[in-house]
Amino acid sequence: MSDAQDRRFVMRDRTWHPKALTPDYKTSVGRSPRQALVSIPQSISETSGPDFSHLKMGQHDNDLLLNFNTGALPIGERIIVHGRVVDQFGKPIPHTLVEMWQANAGGRYRHKNDRYLAPLDPNFGGVGRALTDSEGRYHFRTIKPGPYPWRNNPNDWRPAHIHFSISGPAICTKLITQLYFEGDPLIPHCPIVKAVNDPEAVQTMIARLDLTANNPMDCLAYRFDIVLRGQRKTWFENV
Amino acid sequence: MTEINLLRETTSQTAGPYVHIGLALAAAGNPTREQEIWNQLAKPEAPGEHITVIGRVFDGNGHLVRDSFLEIWQANHEGVYDEDYNLDKPFNGFGRTATTFDAGSEWTIETVKPGVVKAADGRPQAPHINVALFARGINIQLATRIYFDDEAEANAADPVLNLIEQPERRQTLIATREEQAGKVVYRFDIRIQGENETVFFDF
Repeated sequence: MSDAQDRRFVMRDRTWHPKALTPDYKTSVGRSPRQALVSIPQSISETSGPDFSHLKMGQHDNDLLLNFNTGALPIGERIIVHGRVVDQFGKPIPHTLVEMWQANAGGRYRHKNDRYLAPLDPNFGGVGRALTDSEGRYHFRTIKPGPYPWRNNPNDWRPAHIHFSISGPAICTKLITQLYFEGDPLIPHCPIVKAVNDPEAVQTMIARLDLTANNPMDCLAYRFDIVLRGQRKTWFENV
Repeated sequence: MTEINLLRETTSQTAGPYVHIGLALAAAGNPTREQEIWNQLAKPEAPGEHITVIGRVFDGNGHLVRDSFLEIWQANHEGVYDEDYNLDKPFNGFGRTATTFDAGSEWTIETVKPGVVKAADGRPQAPHINVALFARGINIQLATRIYFDDEAEANAADPVLNLIEQPERRQTLIATREEQAGKVVYRFDIRIQGENETVFFDF
């Protein structure tokens, strides 16, 4: 790993990402800055970040079928979610922390503020984490989350999704996003998805059915590759 | 368009109202795992000046944002960013916190005051803590910095603060020092929008 002081990253394309103010997603109206972001040069404060290789992980941290097990398996479609974390140059990001959280098969989160009608599943917590391997690969075993209604427009429903948080090599590469499932008819109706303008950009968040990675007679697999900001060559004026 | 052979970054989405179940398990009311990343960056034995930083987050209507989640990154007391996150060590430069769901709704971190680090051009940067703010309604994290009001001279020369055109806006990044029962507490409120809107950065 290069010296953090000397790392430089490709600038984030803010026309590709969602804007802060996306009025169809109502909560953004009061939670978006009105002033412009102030651009600053990347210093070690931005180009360094935590390496979680020494975080002690539990045996089932990446297996949501087992990590909240109270004696039975959770209800729902058993799935594998796997992929690679790479940077914009295609370079794998090894040993980086990938965390995910989701609703259960009925669309209910195990969170004290979630009061949706659908019941909690006594055998499902809905949280996972993993470190990528030396080639940037990660995998989780879980159940497919259900869609659920939410208070935005009166008839808005979230497509089935899994939240992902990926650290990457520096705090400037940190990304929180949501995985959606190929073919879900709710995707094009969702105001949170539509906060992203470019249909090609939306495609970066859609996991593909990956029949080759299925566990036959057991679970379907979805592939979700994640691209973080690229670390580029640094040119210095002074030596 | 002009980018040659460059993959496009996966796009950001809001962390949502239930971010706690994934990244702040105790706050969600759920059992924790063997090790969690949370808000005690410094154990009592860590060298440096021990401080507590407490803050609130306000939306554009002046209401408290009670479901916000923050990530913290800072240098140690000597101005060194130690990237090896290891809970066996007395100090880690990374931490997480969240505003509480109660009426007062504050976030807290226990840490040590960071030292001076160099800017991209080699000039010293005043002591600061880097913050990324996530919440329902925030489509992509908002990045800001916490500076300290007892570092007036260093703040006046800080190359990042000086990139903020209006001097009064620089004040939105300065935490205020208090002493509470012999403990050093800095207060730092974030205003996402409107009057005294906090400065957020792009880098």
